[in-house]
Amino acid sequence: MKNENAITVSELTKTFGTFTAVNAISFEVKKGEIFGFLGANGAGKTTAMKMLIGILKPSSGQATVAGFDVHTESEAIKRNIGYMSQKFALYDDLTVRENITFFGGIYGLSRKRIQEKSKQLIEDLGLGAVGKSLVGSLPLGWKQKLAFSVAMLHDPQIVFLDEPTGGVDPITRRQFWEMIYKAAHAGTTLFVTTHYMDEAEYCNRVSIMVNGKIEALDTPKNLKQHFEAATMNDVFLKLARG
Amino acid sequence: MRVIFYIISKEFRQIFRNKGMLPIIFVLPLLQLVILSNAATYEIKNIAFGYVDHDRTTASRGLVERFSASPYFEVLFAFPNAAQGNTAMLQGEVDVLLEIPDGFEKELTMRRQGSLGVGINAIDGAAAGVESVYINQIVQAYNKDLAVEVRVPPGTARIENIPLFWYNQTLNYKTFMVPGILVLLVTMITLFLSGMNIVREKEIGTLEQINVTPIRKIHFIIGKLLPFWIIGMGLLTIGLILARLIFNVPMLGSLLLLYGYTSIYLLVILGMGLFISNFTDTQQQAMFIAWFFVVIFILMSGLFTPIESMPEWARVLTELNPVKYFVEIMRMVMLKGSDFSDVLLPMLKTFLYAVLMNVMAVWSYRKTT
Repeated sequence: MKNENAITVSELTKTFGTFTAVNAISFEVKKGEIFGFLGANGAGKTTAMKMLIGILKPSSGQATVAGFDVHTESEAIKRNIGYMSQKFALYDDLTVRENITFFGGIYGLSRKRIQEKSKQLIEDLGLGAVGKSLVGSLPLGWKQKLAFSVAMLHDPQIVFLDEPTGGVDPITRRQFWEMIYKAAHAGTTLFVTTHYMDEAEYCNRVSIMVNGKIEALDTPKNLKQHFEAATMNDVFLKLARG
Repeated sequence: MRVIFYIISKEFRQIFRNKGMLPIIFVLPLLQLVILSNAATYEIKNIAFGYVDHDRTTASRGLVERFSASPYFEVLFAFPNAAQGNTAMLQGEVDVLLEIPDGFEKELTMRRQGSLGVGINAIDGAAAGVESVYINQIVQAYNKDLAVEVRVPPGTARIENIPLFWYNQTLNYKTFMVPGILVLLVTMITLFLSGMNIVREKEIGTLEQINVTPIRKIHFIIGKLLPFWIIGMGLLTIGLILARLIFNVPMLGSLLLLYGYTSIYLLVILGMGLFISNFTDTQQQAMFIAWFFVVIFILMSGLFTPIESMPEWARVLTELNPVKYFVEIMRMVMLKGSDFSDVLLPMLKTFLYAVLMNVMAVWSYRKTT
C-alpha cells in the first residue's frame, strides 16, 4: 500500500468549536498522480490541505503523507512535500534569486545545489531579465510560477497547490499546467485545488468536497458519466447545489 | 546550522533594503539620545528668588549676596514684609521666598546659631525638593551654624528631599542621564523590532510558507534573534561614542564587561520580543504589548525615579525588570568603574532571565496549530 499511495486519508476530521470544517473524509492519492481537490469556497479544502501538510492538527482520524503520520511525524512530512499557498507567500522585498536562495537554504540544500537550481529555475521560467528585481514588482502570473518553482525546489515527492491559478491570465494558466504536467511526468505527485472546472479536466482524478465532506471521487470522465453531465462544470454545479 | 545563516542574511537584506526603516533604527534613537540627555534634567536654574530682610545687617546682606552669586537663583525682589512676599508667591512671581528674622546677626555671633524661614512653591514637588537642597547648600556654605526652617504653606504638598541630590552634587546630571537613556533606546528599538518581526511574517503569509518547511524551531528563533542582536550591539556602540564625544561621559570600567553584559541583556529583550511576536496575531497587538512593557520597564527602572523611593511591592517587582539591571550596570561600569565581581549577581540574574525568555520564545513558536 505504502508504495502505491502518496497520500492515504481515513476519517480525517477538523472541528473548530462546534463547527465541523472537515467531516471524516477518506481518500487515497496514488504516486505520480495529479489529484484535483475541488469544492466551493468554504467547503473545507484549505483546512483539509493544511492538515495534510502538517501545519494544522487534525481533531480526529488518520492520514499518512509520503508514508509519514500527520499526527506524529509532521516534520518528516515537511521534508518530503512542497506547498504553494492560496495567498502569495514569498518575500516581496527580496529578489527572485534571493527568494530561491532563502528557501533553498531553509530546506537544507547545499550552496552549490542552490546555485544550480536558481540558474535552472530562472531559465525555465524565463525570468532571466528580472532575476535581480524585487518579487513585489513582478506581475501575479510570474509570481505564481515562481512560487510553484520554489515549492518544487527541494524535489519533493508530493506538491500541494492551493488554488495556484487564482487571478491568473489564461496564457499563464496554460503554462502553469504545463509545469504541473512536467512535474507529474518526472514522478511527482500533485495535489491541486482549483475553482476552474476546465482545469479539473486536466487532473487524473478529482474529488469534490461539499460542506466538509467528499461527495464524489473519480476520474473526470467517470464523474461526468455518473452525473450525466457534459462538463465538469455541470458535475460541480449538481453536487455543490445539493 | 547553515539554516541560521540563511535566515540572518535574509533579515539583513530586508532591513537594509527598507529605506524607511533604516533611519528609524539608527538615526531617531541617536537624535533622542542627544535631545533627551539635554532635556531630561533635574537641575533647575534661574529660580525666581525673593527675600524679606527684617535684620538689615552685614550678615543678612551677606547671605542674600550668596544667593545672587549662585547660578541657580535669580534674586528678583526684596520685599518690605512677609505679606507682600507671600502675595508674590501666590501670583507665581517668585518660587522661593527667604525670610531673615530680626536679630539674625546678633543671634549668629553671640549664640552661634540662627534660623531662617524659607517658603518654596511646591506645586512641582520634585522641583521644590531640588530647590530646597540648593538653599540648604548655600546656607550651609555661608555658615554651618544656620538652620533652615522650611515653611510649608497650608494646602500644598509636603516637601521631601529626594536622593537625586547625591548625583546632582557633581552638578553634571548628563553624566548620570546619558548611560540611562542609552539603555532605554537600545531596549526600545530591539524590543520593537523583534516584537514586530514574526507577527509581520504571519500577516503577510510568509510564515506559513516557512512552517511547511522542515526548519527546526530553535534554528528559526536563533536566526530571527541574531540580526537584532547585532543591531542592538551596533546601537550601543554608536551611543557610547556619542556619549564620549558629545557629553564627555567617562568610561571608568571595562568596556569589555559592558559589552559582555549587553550581549546577555539583549537576549532577554529579544527573546521577550519574539515571544510577544509569536503570541500575537497582528503587528498592532504586538506593538501595544511591547509598548506596555517598555513603559513599565522604563518607569520602574530607576532611570527617572529612584527604586529606593518605591513602595515595597514595587521594589519587589523591579527585580523582574531587565532594564533595571541594565541601567544599574551601565552606571556602575561607566561612572563607578565597577568590575566583574561587582556586577556578577545582576549579570547572573540577567543570564537566567535570558534563558527563560528564549525557551519561551522557542516554545511559543508553533509550526503546527
